[in-house]
Amino acid sequence: MNSEVRPGTKVVLGIITAFIAVWLIAPMFIVFPLSFTDDASFQFPPRAWSTRWYESFFTNPQWTDALRNSAIIGTLVAIIAATLGTITALAINRSKSRLSGTVQAIMLTPLIIPPIIAGAGIYTFFLKTDLVGTIFGFVLVHVTLALPLVVIAVNASLSGYDRSLELAAASLGAGRLTTFVTVTVPLILPGILAGVVFAFVTSFDEVIVAQFMVSPALQTLPMMMYTSVTRTTDPTIAAAAALVLGAVLLAFGLYQFVVVPLTRRSRGRTSV
Amino acid sequence: MANAPDTTQFSALSTQAIKSGSAKPNSQRKKSRGNGTRNLLLILLPSFIVLGIFYFYPMLTILVGAFTDPQVGLQNFQWFFGEQVNVDVLWRTLIISFWVTVICVLFAFPFSFFLTIVTPRTRGLLFLIVLVPFWTSMVVRTFAWVILLQDSGPIGEFMKLFGVQSLGLIRTPTAVLIGMAQVLLPFVVLPIYATMSKIDTRLLTAARSLGARPSKAFVSIYLPLSLPGVASGALLCFVMALGFYITPAMLGGSREAFLSTLIQGQVQGLAQWGHGAVIGFVLLFVTLVILGITGYVGKKTGGSVQDMVGGSKA
Repeated sequence: MNSEVRPGTKVVLGIITAFIAVWLIAPMFIVFPLSFTDDASFQFPPRAWSTRWYESFFTNPQWTDALRNSAIIGTLVAIIAATLGTITALAINRSKSRLSGTVQAIMLTPLIIPPIIAGAGIYTFFLKTDLVGTIFGFVLVHVTLALPLVVIAVNASLSGYDRSLELAAASLGAGRLTTFVTVTVPLILPGILAGVVFAFVTSFDEVIVAQFMVSPALQTLPMMMYTSVTRTTDPTIAAAAALVLGAVLLAFGLYQFVVVPLTRRSRGRTSV
Repeated sequence: MANAPDTTQFSALSTQAIKSGSAKPNSQRKKSRGNGTRNLLLILLPSFIVLGIFYFYPMLTILVGAFTDPQVGLQNFQWFFGEQVNVDVLWRTLIISFWVTVICVLFAFPFSFFLTIVTPRTRGLLFLIVLVPFWTSMVVRTFAWVILLQDSGPIGEFMKLFGVQSLGLIRTPTAVLIGMAQVLLPFVVLPIYATMSKIDTRLLTAARSLGARPSKAFVSIYLPLSLPGVASGALLCFVMALGFYITPAMLGGSREAFLSTLIQGQVQGLAQWGHGAVIGFVLLFVTLVILGITGYVGKKTGGSVQDMVGGSKA
């Protein structure tokens, strides 16, 4: 392809691409400087600097409780969704059943159908069953939203998977469980880890269905942020956003520099 | 000695296999396929129970509720299509989703093409940039646009230097378009890049050696070959745009409400469960129609919705 594209064209394309790349990632970084504003508004650039909005975040039990709830829910969702999703992906991948395609389509539904539809249904369902504002209800609903992502991530790691390794283990006398724990799981671990992260992030950022499940006693961080932006101009949300973004960038760094190299090593080939 | 039971088991199994294999191969195959289905469903039972109770059941109540709440009949549909406000929101959702899709395709095409002509190192970096948004909170990213686009934000302050007193971008359809396109662009880049990277560029070399100018070779060979990726990316983008909630609610005014916003307002704000249900029904219907088209295009071009989604998230 290189030989087919004239240098001039390539430069123009490069400029367009750079513009798009900046538009994709640069805007979000504005929350970092804004979180250190001294103003009681979203005025930007700030007229003076302070850490008062971080103080406000960490001394207000509403915000800290929301952060704690989101962390608990996200962790439980990540564990449950990763377990169910890994089993599901393996089962679909190995089944010779004609139904496996249909099953996969069913599992991926929550990714495509607008979440507000299930959310509105969950609202009345939870009111009737007293599940509103319970961690239990929150976790299981978020598991359904996170499952497709785990299935996709594990599926991706199964695409380069060599089943003869399992046969080799079995032929050397390993039982089914031993084979699964010592051969299968380590090989698809990068996919499972990616699924864990995807599931956590999905739950940790979920607003659309969450607004039908929260109660005054159980708020989540994204819900607090969302209602704060739509109702007030309290810069505490900027501190919250900066904390979330910082954590996300840390997780992304871990994925990129720990999980991806693991994938490459286990697959023995480079891919993006 | 410890191996003895295993060996016997193994030989027993293999005799059984040979016996049944030689006896009735046809019925055996059928039986194993039936077993395969049964085992598959058994293994997936926990996932199905969770999905069934906490996803499909609530969704089903919406679809049924559209026809039965508060009483059986079509009164909810009459209400939806009888009120101009609702029809306006439906149109707005479709039109904004359409323009978001157009913007995303126009941006994603050169971006993806550039990905195919750069060194693997640059491509890796650009992929990182495309994938970062998948990891970042949508609430945080949309909040960042609120800061940027507000009248007292950096763009507004900059424009004041040129005498523009009020930027007037926040709470407009333009603001919603900017925010939504940013979130959805990666979903379009990935399928288009996937298609482009498989195009055999020797076809272009052949065209040029036969005397075609580069632009002619591009338009008559490269463009048609990249269309399947463009089509699947565009349809996926459109479907996802239809269900958007956070971006229109945060960046748009009350006049930029989407169907999703309307559902929330009817169900939670006004306790009009049947009205919310009928809007949900309409939203799902439109989504399924688009997905049907996507499936058809996918079949024609050898991909599937799952592949597209899989390719975009994994």
